[in-house]
Amino acid sequence: MKKKKLGLWLTVMPLYLFTLVFVVGPLIYMFVLSFCTRGDHYETVMTFTLDNYKKVAEPVYRNTFMESIKLAFTTTIITILLGYPFGYFMAKLSSSKKKIMMALIMVPFWTSSLVRMYGWSILLQSNGILDKILMGIGITQKPLKLLYTYPAVVSGMVYALLPFMMLAVYSSAEKMDWLLVEAARDLGASAWKAFWTVTWKMTLPGMMTGVVLTFVPSMGLFFVADILGGNKVPLVGNVIQEQLTKGRNWPFAAALSVILMIMTSLFIAIYRKVTGAKELEGLM
Amino acid sequence: MKKHTKLPSIYLALLLILMYLPIIIVVVYSFNENKLTAIWSGFSLKWYEKLFQDKSLMEALKNSLMLGLFSCLNASVIGIIGAVGMARVDYKTKGVVEYLSMLPIMIPEIILGMVFLAFFSMLHLPFGMTTLVIAHTTFCIPYIYMMVKARLVGMDPSLLEAARDLGASEVRAFFDVTLPLIMPAVASGALLAFAMSFDDVVISVLVTNAKINTLPIKVFSRIKFGVSPEINALSTIMLSVTLMVILAIVGINKKTEGGKHL
Amino acid sequence: MDTFILELNDLKKNFGKTEVLKGISLSVKQGEFITLLGSSGCGKTTMIRIIAGLEQPDSGSVILEGKDVTMLAPDKRDVNTVFQNYALFPHMDVFQNVAYGLKIRKIAKEEIKKRVMESLELVQLSEYVHRKPSQLSGGQKQRVAIARAIINNPKVLLLDEPLGALDLQLRRQMQHELKRLQKKLGITFIYITHDQEEAINMSDRIAVMKDGQFVQIGTPDEIYHNPKTSFAAMFVGNANIVRGTVEAIQNGVATVRIYYPDEQSGRAAEFKYTGTADVKLVESNQIQVGDAIAAAVRSENIVLGQEMGLCALVKEKSFAGGLSRLTLQLPDGKEIIASCHGMDWAAEEGQFVAIGWNPNDAIIVKDEP
Repeated sequence: MKKKKLGLWLTVMPLYLFTLVFVVGPLIYMFVLSFCTRGDHYETVMTFTLDNYKKVAEPVYRNTFMESIKLAFTTTIITILLGYPFGYFMAKLSSSKKKIMMALIMVPFWTSSLVRMYGWSILLQSNGILDKILMGIGITQKPLKLLYTYPAVVSGMVYALLPFMMLAVYSSAEKMDWLLVEAARDLGASAWKAFWTVTWKMTLPGMMTGVVLTFVPSMGLFFVADILGGNKVPLVGNVIQEQLTKGRNWPFAAALSVILMIMTSLFIAIYRKVTGAKELEGLM
Repeated sequence: MKKHTKLPSIYLALLLILMYLPIIIVVVYSFNENKLTAIWSGFSLKWYEKLFQDKSLMEALKNSLMLGLFSCLNASVIGIIGAVGMARVDYKTKGVVEYLSMLPIMIPEIILGMVFLAFFSMLHLPFGMTTLVIAHTTFCIPYIYMMVKARLVGMDPSLLEAARDLGASEVRAFFDVTLPLIMPAVASGALLAFAMSFDDVVISVLVTNAKINTLPIKVFSRIKFGVSPEINALSTIMLSVTLMVILAIVGINKKTEGGKHL
Repeated sequence: MDTFILELNDLKKNFGKTEVLKGISLSVKQGEFITLLGSSGCGKTTMIRIIAGLEQPDSGSVILEGKDVTMLAPDKRDVNTVFQNYALFPHMDVFQNVAYGLKIRKIAKEEIKKRVMESLELVQLSEYVHRKPSQLSGGQKQRVAIARAIINNPKVLLLDEPLGALDLQLRRQMQHELKRLQKKLGITFIYITHDQEEAINMSDRIAVMKDGQFVQIGTPDEIYHNPKTSFAAMFVGNANIVRGTVEAIQNGVATVRIYYPDEQSGRAAEFKYTGTADVKLVESNQIQVGDAIAAAVRSENIVLGQEMGLCALVKEKSFAGGLSRLTLQLPDGKEIIASCHGMDWAAEEGQFVAIGWNPNDAIIVKDEP
């Protein structure tokens, strides 16, 4: 009996150890670091201070946070508007068509997000494909100069994260028993009412998963803002990255990360509360 | 009979086209003779030639492949035996540790990169392949762990008991029964993890040194400064690799499904 | 004194607060076919899991061929199990499944092949060697599971409701085959079922189980004809249990009051029979006047006639499987089932009839609520 327990312990030990050392350890260190001071030679000095957090509250950084949240919200809402119908319609296809659709989504989903952002930037380039098409049809007269603008960043984020929403909604709509909708219709509900009382309720967990999978990363995907926004749209992710590399102010970067971490944790906690889910449903 | 509307199909098609458009652009322009994407001046393979002559890109590719491979291997070992063990222990800390080990894919990548940068330099670890592998292993584990866990939940516990009953030791039963049955999950988890590792810029950029570059880092630094036709060629190659990986996964799924239904 | 191949001594097992086994003792002879009969949740599966080593008892011991194996791992004991859901390895074909136990024992390839083919022949599955379990029917899977277990020549073979998932016809056929197999191989079988017909058809001995305890252990004949408790009588013999107080004892026959006619005053006159019936006593029954007793009377022994002491209302008349059944209600509300072959009940629904039984057909049993 004892031997068996030891054996079991040995199997989970690597996971425990690895998690403790390389997940918990760094996170705790980040927390400690956020209360430290940056020395004169960019080194970290272990003196307790709240200055980093005070600095986060400065208008420049506060605005960056607000901008990031705004961008994340905009991205998420557009992703829902585009992705929810997609997942829903896809779930209603015949099973052979579903398989084809799945394969079709998988290609962009698995393609390097850098490559996709790069393609997107070519599309948006001044005098690029989009401009040519639009001017060709006659909708616009001169190049739109879309690249390096706020809408470009939003569109890029949406483009990067849309597959997550599509798949999350699809997987919960796919699992749904469509007989329930028919039952609701049979009991006298209008098509709209049946959707609202049955389908919407049943697909909500999937959609919320999609929301987490778009909202959380959109706060930190600094390369999207870099490639599509030039330096015009600074997000928290970019600020942290700059503080780490160029500014070499690690304690401040840590403080920014702690705040970002708290925000995303809160967000996930709300998600769990709303859906009652323990894990991200329909992720894989 | 319900009224049949084509609207959903049109919507699905439209969104798919939009998703494919940038990818197609990259592929098409990788064969463009002209350096500028705005002008098409004929079919050419010269960017591919240039690409293969580009030593630093090839070096980065090698690094990325190695990084993905090592991280996946580490993560597979930890993730598989971890998931198998976790399914059978009832430690009080189980839930918490499971949650914590999943954190790397739940929090923004930039935070993960930040904490690793700070933590590794505190430990005075030399930045480079080692730090890259550790960091990537951390976010590869969740993919494999979750896949294996999901598969284990669906597995009939009496299969293991049957193996034990027929004389297999606990370890033997794991290798004869559990492992073959979770293998499809391991494979798709590992492929997913590999793809994530192969795609990562945010974390890699922060935990490596100036000399060791991964492919995404190289690609990122080039496209940040505008269009580079070699990158078009490289992207096309990466895309074909992706396609092959997807086909592999479809193949794995088909094989396991076939076993279920035939 | 017989030597026993398997002895269970006072096994106890709790899952949390529920007592699943409350002290089980059983001795099994070599080559015996023993059936554990009980309804679901009575602890029978837990019991064979303990014998197999898949579960450890809280107290008590399991002795296999004189050796205490209570705490021994399942792979270290010469016991094999046929699982309820077959538990065939889905990634192995029939051959690999059956060969698994031999492969573990590192037996030579040729030998394995020979023995696998032999045991597949035994269960008549020779043509299916290279099929995957998913390509087999329920009955075929069952045979593979059996072949996989018997190939190891276990000292004891445990079968957990092996025929539970099969349809009636196949079940009957498999009962015969299993019995034939058991006789041929001479392996001790411990067989779980909740089907009394199956138990009676196949077993050398039946152990009737209820709430984690044995109610009665005996040959099918003993349990059928001489149930010790009301549960055994109902579960094995489908018997009616009648309860009453002994009013008189004469010549080894007790007159038992089932109900008081005068209680029914005001109701139909038909109710006013004596309200008593006779029960034959045997020496082991230490019964005195005034005792409350329970007696088992099988449905086919209920007779309708003129000279009977009990009156009953015919509530339902049905005919199924060559058997006519009457559901009768006594004045005190208790129901009694009477059955006979053919369709010769001279009674109609809603009619009052006089019923009774031959005192020799009533067996006094220990009452269990």
